[in-house]
Amino acid sequence: MAKITYIEHDGTEHVIDVKPGLTVMEGAVKNNVPGIDADCGGACACATCHVYVDEAWLDKTGTKSAMEESMLDFAEGVQENSRLSCQIKVSDELEGLKVTMPESQH
Amino acid sequence: MTDASAHIVIVGAGHAGGTAAALLRQYGHTGLITLIGDEPIAPYQRPPLSKAWLKGEADADSLALKPLEFYGENNIDFRPGVSAVKLDRAAKTVALSNGASVAYDVLILATGARAISLPIDGKDLKGILFLRTAADAEALKAQVGPGKTLAVVGGGYIGLEVAASGRALGADVVVIEREERLLARVACNALSTFFHGYHEKHGVSFELGATAAAFEGKDGHVTGVKLDDGRTIACDAVVVGVGAHPNDELAKDAGLECARGVVVDLDARSISDPNVFAIGDVAHRPMPIYDRMFRMESVPNALEQAKQAASAITGRPRPAGEVPWQWSDQYDLKLQIAGYAFDVDEILIRGDPASGKFAVFHLQGEQVQSVEAINSPPEFMMGKMLILNRKPVDKAKLADPTVSMKEVAK
Repeated sequence: MAKITYIEHDGTEHVIDVKPGLTVMEGAVKNNVPGIDADCGGACACATCHVYVDEAWLDKTGTKSAMEESMLDFAEGVQENSRLSCQIKVSDELEGLKVTMPESQH
Repeated sequence: MTDASAHIVIVGAGHAGGTAAALLRQYGHTGLITLIGDEPIAPYQRPPLSKAWLKGEADADSLALKPLEFYGENNIDFRPGVSAVKLDRAAKTVALSNGASVAYDVLILATGARAISLPIDGKDLKGILFLRTAADAEALKAQVGPGKTLAVVGGGYIGLEVAASGRALGADVVVIEREERLLARVACNALSTFFHGYHEKHGVSFELGATAAAFEGKDGHVTGVKLDDGRTIACDAVVVGVGAHPNDELAKDAGLECARGVVVDLDARSISDPNVFAIGDVAHRPMPIYDRMFRMESVPNALEQAKQAASAITGRPRPAGEVPWQWSDQYDLKLQIAGYAFDVDEILIRGDPASGKFAVFHLQGEQVQSVEAINSPPEFMMGKMLILNRKPVDKAKLADPTVSMKEVAK
């Protein structure tokens, strides 16, 4: 299990134990954490699971695929540390990961 | 706004019903929620059934919207394997198939749609399958593989996704389509031609302009599809993907206004009864950007309406309107569609279909009504925004792929 902290736009924190193998998106959705919509269920088709990855974790969360990059390019409020959380696979390496949700996914 | 202690009964535990239950809790509803589903398992995602799941790239756990414990932990009385048989709006009760009766303060109908079957000879043979539920997908998976021939009746998106997955599993695939082209009801000629070519390249064969006249069988199992021209397409299994019909009988019988789906307002509330909502595939809903009402069968629609109903019930502001959209994965193609091609007077193709990366824009004057984007996320994302904003576009720029979509949308 990897402990992941999901921080809502208003600052509310949710600390969740996520099973390795799931994605950061699935960890939120399966635990009913608000702020990650994930309309397409992880098909990288909608950009509604957008998160900001805590700077300290940018290396460990891997690199964006061309498709992810392209989807993110058109999402609202994108920053350098923006990722689609459906594209980040959870591993023991990510114990302690912090992600923050944007104000809106739509 | 409904009292936070009210008992909310959700009939239908698909993507819409399951999401509504979770959102009601997220939005602070504290009263009991009863979630009634006719399938034996908790709400799950259907789209992967014809894609990743069929190819073995996703398992049952990953399809589940929430783990089973979620329902108990959140005081959601989830009742699998039962259906609602009668709605009594005066008494505010729902009678169930197991003889029980449930009283509600607020009712959400999320009964979905069912696959339409072909009323032809041999329709009850084994091996004639639909793709609507996890059980359907399980049955299909057991029948496709190397050395098997799968016949797909219906050249729509479901049929084509099944064809692609069937090929990935090593089966021979024949698609039988009544119209002269694929996707005839939902896509323009250019897109039909593109998908036809792409599937042929991947070894799918097609019988276009051909109607399934009967299913032939041996020892109770299907062995072929007899076409109206007399030929028989031999096969080991058939998937019928010719559309779906809304499960609105419960509502109709209870006197709720229906029009191929339960007629609802912008809060997903029945126009006939303030205590009843209808969401997802079963709802006939207003769509202000197109100034009309219709019924949609898509996950984004189910989610949007679940949000509308949960917001109205918990007294939150009505969520901002969304552009309807859907997606399809076939081979290495990602198709993303935004909007519907209503009242279109021009079709504009951006990019070269031969490159496997292009988008089809459907325009009414200078207004984008819908976009179909193949491996083209910028066209999809910006197209969606243009549909929502109702902003006129410069068609010359839109048609020129060297002009970025950001520039086009300026």
